[in-house]
Amino acid sequence: MQQVLAIVAMNFRNIPARAAASWVAVLGFAGVVLVLVAVLAIGEGFNTTLKNVGADDVAIVVRGGSSDEMSSSLQPNDVSVITGAPGVLRQGGANGQPFAAAELFVTLDVPKRSTGAFANVPMRGTDVYGPQLRSKFKIESGRMLTPGKNEVVVGAGAARTFEGMELGGTMKSGNAVWEIVGIFSDGGSVTESEVWADARVLQGAFNRGATFQTVRVKLISAADFVTFRDSLTTDKRVNVSVRTEREFMAAQASVLTTMIRTAGFAIGLLMGVGAMFGALNTMYSAVATRAREIATLRALGFGPLPILVSVMTEALLLAFAGGVLGGICAYLAFNGYQTSTLNYQSFTQVTFAFAVTPALLASGIAYALMLGLVGGSLPALRAVRQPIVTGLRAT
Amino acid sequence: MLVLASCFAAYRTMFKFLPLLWASLRRHRLRTVFTLGSVMIAFLLFGVLSALKNGFSMGVDVAGADRLMITHKASFTFPLPYSYWARIRSVPGVRETTHATWFGGYFQEEANFVQTFPVDAGTYFNVYADYVVAKADIERWQADRSGALIGRAYAERFGWNVGDRIPLRSNIFRRSNGSDTWELTVAGIWDAPKAGVDTQILFMHYDYFEESLGADANGMKGFVGWYVIKIDSPDASQRISAEVDALFANSPAETKTATEKAFAQAFVGQMGNIGAIIVSVASAVFFTMLLVTANTMAQSVRERTAELGVLKTLGFRDSAVLWLVLGEALLVTVIGGVLGLALAALLVQSLRAMLAQYVGSLFIGATTIGIGVALMLGLGLISGALPAVQALKLKIVDALRQE
Repeated sequence: MQQVLAIVAMNFRNIPARAAASWVAVLGFAGVVLVLVAVLAIGEGFNTTLKNVGADDVAIVVRGGSSDEMSSSLQPNDVSVITGAPGVLRQGGANGQPFAAAELFVTLDVPKRSTGAFANVPMRGTDVYGPQLRSKFKIESGRMLTPGKNEVVVGAGAARTFEGMELGGTMKSGNAVWEIVGIFSDGGSVTESEVWADARVLQGAFNRGATFQTVRVKLISAADFVTFRDSLTTDKRVNVSVRTEREFMAAQASVLTTMIRTAGFAIGLLMGVGAMFGALNTMYSAVATRAREIATLRALGFGPLPILVSVMTEALLLAFAGGVLGGICAYLAFNGYQTSTLNYQSFTQVTFAFAVTPALLASGIAYALMLGLVGGSLPALRAVRQPIVTGLRAT
Repeated sequence: MLVLASCFAAYRTMFKFLPLLWASLRRHRLRTVFTLGSVMIAFLLFGVLSALKNGFSMGVDVAGADRLMITHKASFTFPLPYSYWARIRSVPGVRETTHATWFGGYFQEEANFVQTFPVDAGTYFNVYADYVVAKADIERWQADRSGALIGRAYAERFGWNVGDRIPLRSNIFRRSNGSDTWELTVAGIWDAPKAGVDTQILFMHYDYFEESLGADANGMKGFVGWYVIKIDSPDASQRISAEVDALFANSPAETKTATEKAFAQAFVGQMGNIGAIIVSVASAVFFTMLLVTANTMAQSVRERTAELGVLKTLGFRDSAVLWLVLGEALLVTVIGGVLGLALAALLVQSLRAMLAQYVGSLFIGATTIGIGVALMLGLGLISGALPAVQALKLKIVDALRQE
């Protein structure tokens, strides 16, 4: 043990002599971790934003066969069947008002602040229950819209991303002009990408008659979901799909999240192999430079284990340093970076921030260490196997 | 002149001394293999990422400048009245007009998304005259109201042939009988006008689609998704756009007219800065690989200092030694780069089918290859530069003394 410590310490002290090569290995690992963490942070941020709204005691009802709000369509009698179903929370006892909002979901073409290019902003028509169905909903500035008027409240994400979405401003859609009376937040969820109006006013403005697209209901408790769903799916009067908000949002996030994660892992894996080659080169030449030193140590009676450990430790140390450096760079450069993209499922813009989470950083560093382990083991074996006599003769 | 001369010198040296370069690469076989490996992976990633970027920006490059898209002003997801068609046709300078609608189709299960447009069968291919489709196919399709004209990509993916019955489901529309399924017969197959064009569109008859819609048709009864017009000259596009939009100003459905290219660009823009992200990832990869290669080159030259001294003693010019070192670096990056790009091409082949639903068609174009070659040369020169200059400045006496 003492031997191991002595040699590891000695080896560390002479790393500066091989500074350039060591730096290359460190930067190689840092590059890998930086890219891996940055790409995965996009997926993480997107996923968190969509799943933030996922409550288990809120159900979303769309027309049967529709996977998203956009393509769904519900008639007024569908809405009354849905809100009358068992399991729905009612205000003031069993015969009170159902805690539910029939909503419309349309898109508007609005230019982005960053590029001036037009993109699809989701516009939601809801009623007084809309905000109450989202536990984190909060008016940040201004006030809530007045039902029946051409007024909208804008989500904080949409306000940040799109031109002209300021408090007191106006928005035009078709021949309707909307006054922006408030900015709202919703705990960083996808709802913040939306613009909200009164459902009935929106129906008029977009010639939707009395139809809605989705119904969102508050359940008495999460346990009542099954009762609620089964009563609707067996009801001959309606043809609807019923999901909890959590399920619904997870499905919405799945395509893009899977795509980004797959891309992140594939790129990370390939780059990792590339960086490992670099580390192998560095460590092989480190061992080659130390050939005489290692042989001398062996001749003095040091066993193979301390030598092996010292080479491995050096490789792991370089990998760790690279991992930490890459992680720090990724965090500084990308954490909280605001962007927006098209969500394939709803065909609308989602604004979100890159999220460099501690778990991502930890997996980045772990990956670097793994690469270091492989990159160090082959050269370490060579160091140990090298005949003492050859080593002593080395230049 | 100087550049030309030195290029010539490089060329001569490289081929004359190829065996020598080869020998020095074989000196540390393992190291060469690892370096080649790093370079190869860098170019593999470069190739795949470029193909991905091409896939995302697809449509922009192939959009016709003489085609204009007319969509609802508030959002292209809102329909336009069918009655607009006659009025659009009357605008001077408009040669051909047609319309299309978004169907939201899928085959059997929702994961099998089939991009389907109900279109006007009589006029669509007058506007899209560049699409490659046999005359017999188009006539068969026009004659069959429930006919489907499918893109080559779908023919390959689902193994559909002319005459096959396809029950196509819509996740948006319902027929008057409550069903979401339209029975179609494959009438023909269309091909891309040029490489890289996404052929994932199935065309069906708008008439057949519209007449079978129920009363609750998401506002599509009597409406179409968008109009496409072909104009006499691309120069007139601004005037014609303005005139078309003026026709419908202050109506319940105002229009926005733009060239197909602008429309495609806006659509790609919706993805956000995917392109920028891809470029920055590729740059990070390259920076890392550059370091690895540069380091190996530096090591290799350092170890061979004495050897280079011998070469100079034998009468090799300083510049020849410089090019020998540079040549060695170039050889590594070019071999690695070519292997990497070749692998990327293979990988893209298999990724294309997997990702077809999301990013259009992936391809490695001439531009990608051009940039790739430039990068190989650049990477080789930069990584070899420092050691090459060291070799150039090396004094024979110092070099031989080094041991």
